[in-house]
Amino acid sequence: MTTHDDGPSRRKVLECMTWAGTGVLWTVAGGVPASLGIIDEAVAQEAKGFTFLQISDSHMGFDKPANPNAKGTLEEAITRARAIPGKPAFMIHTGDISHLSKASEFDDAEKIISQARLDVHYVPGEHDLIDEDRGKLYMERYGRGTRGFGYYSFDANGVHFIGLVNVVDLKGGGLGYLGPEQLAWMENDLKGRSASQPIVVFAHIPLWTVYPEWGWGTDDGAQALGYLKRFGSVTVLNGHIHQVMQKVEGNVTFHTARSTAFPQPAPGTAPSPGPMKVADDKLRTLLGIADITFKQNEQRLAIVDTTLKP
Amino acid sequence: MLRIKLPVVLVGVAVSILWVAPPAQAEEITVTIDNFAFTPQNVTVKPGTKVTWINHDDIPHSIASGTQGLRSRALDTDQSFSFTFTTPGAFKYFCGLHPHMTGSIVVEGTTGSAAPQ
Repeated sequence: MTTHDDGPSRRKVLECMTWAGTGVLWTVAGGVPASLGIIDEAVAQEAKGFTFLQISDSHMGFDKPANPNAKGTLEEAITRARAIPGKPAFMIHTGDISHLSKASEFDDAEKIISQARLDVHYVPGEHDLIDEDRGKLYMERYGRGTRGFGYYSFDANGVHFIGLVNVVDLKGGGLGYLGPEQLAWMENDLKGRSASQPIVVFAHIPLWTVYPEWGWGTDDGAQALGYLKRFGSVTVLNGHIHQVMQKVEGNVTFHTARSTAFPQPAPGTAPSPGPMKVADDKLRTLLGIADITFKQNEQRLAIVDTTLKP
Repeated sequence: MLRIKLPVVLVGVAVSILWVAPPAQAEEITVTIDNFAFTPQNVTVKPGTKVTWINHDDIPHSIASGTQGLRSRALDTDQSFSFTFTTPGAFKYFCGLHPHMTGSIVVEGTTGSAAPQ
């Protein structure tokens, strides 16, 4: 294995692109610095090359000026997803499927997203659990085989996926919250796994602290990340902030996806994180999807963010 | 001239007193939700005051707290929620969707008494 020592320059580029908010194409080396010496290459190579998609924050039912037609842009996103070369293995949706947890909103989402003809693994956003019965509709539709309000794990092509819920039982003055029960489950879920197995964790609110002044982080996210320290390749995929942000810290790549419904401002650039109204011809350059590829026989992971319009 | 002006000034003073100290009696007050913030964020009221929160954002918010009954459904744009505070004390609350949004209602005791009404 050759490891290119391109970390600092890559990070610098990513940092600049992230904050400019203009990144369209990202290619990230998710490999492990050889000096750590904890990689069992043979096991890692069992992870065959494959691609999966991420969509996020569809907000079915949203009809405010920032995008009066969130259904239309979700349809466009799914059209994009179908045009991605090579058949993706499945799709993950990182929450805020609906705007107000209405049955009709979940129905609309299902109708449109099913057009991708892919299995979809969901986690809820805070907008998905605000029906009268606090999450009943979400759990009826997406909660089968999950714990709590919808956390679970699964394996695909040698990669271990963990879907977490950090939008329940939120504390006054706090950020996103996983809670002790879910954390204990996660610790146990990872027990006994080879440190060389690639791990993908996905949740709605960023697990890393993006901007606490706007609630963009998870109170007990550090504890979850602590369980992942011994793993050589960890990818954390989130939504919630309706823009692409990326950070690489040690073996962990953090990435947030765009929304398919409306953009939100970059941290601190507006009075609040509310929906950002932009010129009509600019809207589709700020909405989009992501596809994530594990390349065969390479400890590399590539995340490509595609906007609805170049 | 002075005789005419004096009453006008007095009326002006009376009006400004009403504006500066709204909860002189058990009344109704409104807390608005704009730009992911409660305004006024902290407010002191007399027992029996009905507080109404109204959401002016394009995103739903809610009122959540550890106080019995002080919990709303998600409020979509321009929807509101009311709660009448009868017991003296400090009541902290937050948005159930965006918990970094916080506020408090302090209900004054009646003439120094902290006993519930």
